[in-house]
Amino acid sequence: MFDVEVIRKDFPILSRQVHGVPLVYLDSANTSQKPQVVLDSLTDYYTSHNANVARAVHTLGSEATMLFEGARDKVAGFINAPRRDEVIFTKNSSEALNLVAYTLSNATSTPGAERFRVGPGDNIVVTEMEHHSNIVPWQLLAQRTGAEFRYIPIDDEGRLVDSLIDERVDDRTKVLAFVHQSNALGTVNNVERLVTRAKAVGALSVIDASQSAPHRPLDVQSLGADFVAFTGHKLYGPTGVGVLWGRYELLADLPPFLGGGEMIETVDMSGTTFAAPPHRFEAGTPMIAEAVGLGTAIDYLTAIGMDQVQAHEAQLTAYALDALAQVPALRVIGPSTPVDRGATISFTIKGIHPHDVSQLLDEQGIAVRAGHHCARPVCLRYGIPATTRASFGIYTTTSEIDALVAGVIKVQEMFS
Amino acid sequence: MSVNIDSMYQQIILDHYKHPNHRGELADFDAEVHHVNPTCGDEVTLRVRVADGEIADLGWTGEGCSISQASTSVMSDLVVGSSVTDALQLQEKFLQLMQSQGHNDLTEDETEALEDAIAFEGVSKYPARVKCALLGWMAMKSAVASATGAGDKP
Repeated sequence: MFDVEVIRKDFPILSRQVHGVPLVYLDSANTSQKPQVVLDSLTDYYTSHNANVARAVHTLGSEATMLFEGARDKVAGFINAPRRDEVIFTKNSSEALNLVAYTLSNATSTPGAERFRVGPGDNIVVTEMEHHSNIVPWQLLAQRTGAEFRYIPIDDEGRLVDSLIDERVDDRTKVLAFVHQSNALGTVNNVERLVTRAKAVGALSVIDASQSAPHRPLDVQSLGADFVAFTGHKLYGPTGVGVLWGRYELLADLPPFLGGGEMIETVDMSGTTFAAPPHRFEAGTPMIAEAVGLGTAIDYLTAIGMDQVQAHEAQLTAYALDALAQVPALRVIGPSTPVDRGATISFTIKGIHPHDVSQLLDEQGIAVRAGHHCARPVCLRYGIPATTRASFGIYTTTSEIDALVAGVIKVQEMFS
Repeated sequence: MSVNIDSMYQQIILDHYKHPNHRGELADFDAEVHHVNPTCGDEVTLRVRVADGEIADLGWTGEGCSISQASTSVMSDLVVGSSVTDALQLQEKFLQLMQSQGHNDLTEDETEALEDAIAFEGVSKYPARVKCALLGWMAMKSAVASATGAGDKP
């Protein structure tokens, strides 16, 4: 039985005060807070098992390796990956997405990787609601290869313009990269529709699941895409660890991303051969403790049940949309109904800049984010400089949403 | 809402935000600059007319957070009609205040010379917002430099 009050007790930071009042943390889309078990697992790793992985033969080395590779198993299970060696640890989602973009351009000079080549006449498609981390790597890939960079526009409600998907994704599309749940709008995209189109034209499909992995069951087999990226720190795990999942048959043929230790098979001064996935894509000493911590976060979430998490947050989203709709002069940027939408709500208030709103909410102990949320094209689309964004997690309560609404009204009084 | 004494939102700031001074486009001007603060997306376009070593007039347009807009308004009140030398000195004092991280070490005279601009002292404790408060002042400095041919073109 999901009990938010019990869950809150697992997060020590939620009992602290800010400016003399209890913290109301509504910035989980930015980063989530961490349960005590995750903090303990970091301490335990460094206290009892610390060593480098995959090279030391001593006891600590094998314990560290087992813990690190054990975390990979946990991730594979969490996302229902068919194979554990399809899970690559990266430092975050940005690195995961860059990994795909750079290996694709490295493919232009790698024998045997011809099918990945991107060049003039080809195109790469994203959507207008992407985080910069799923725009810039593709713009750079387009620049390096001479391919065209395109996007699928969004409508006034913050949804993709469906009628333009088939036009933008055509038979010269090499990559279709899109966000599962928008960090700026909360929109949940129709993955099946997009992946089906990508497959129909022979394009690789890449999903940025940074904002969906923490909020709903994630099954890479049912998503059907070729690559899925997400980050650990939004998933109640530590910063510094992210995940790229990729289909093994693709990973097996892709050239390396970064060169260095760990990713090689054999090296001599005349050349190098490379390790099999996932290690081919994990150059250097990895984020061992952080991966272990992410594994613990996954255990924690699995024990609660991701379907329970999704149900809790769906309830919060509906509650918050209703409550915010009562505030005069407040405009929700993104879907106004809880259908196909996550627990991230951006809004503007007439006459008050989002930075002023968030600063004044902070003075009341309420942490929200203000800005363009690294999705500046979304703000440009709606002709606004920024939004204020409240985002929820497993520990969020309806009384915190009430506090947000009361806080916003106070800010309006101050500026009236 | 009871305003915390430490709040950066002093009443004087809110007043200037709601009723900004010297807002508008000057028809007759020697220099125009456009400055942007990427943190908040604040923007200001500022025009200045300099005559006989004095800031004869200044007008600005822009949009952004209350701190940037109010600070530009306060700055305009202070420098219009003053000598370029005094205006630039005042700009340096304001910059010093903003970089003080909440530990104002200006002398009593210097504090007095800043008049309403001293209301922004609280902003100096919030590094993320210091650029908002400085936006108009930096625009004024570069507009004046441009108008007097002292380099630092916009």
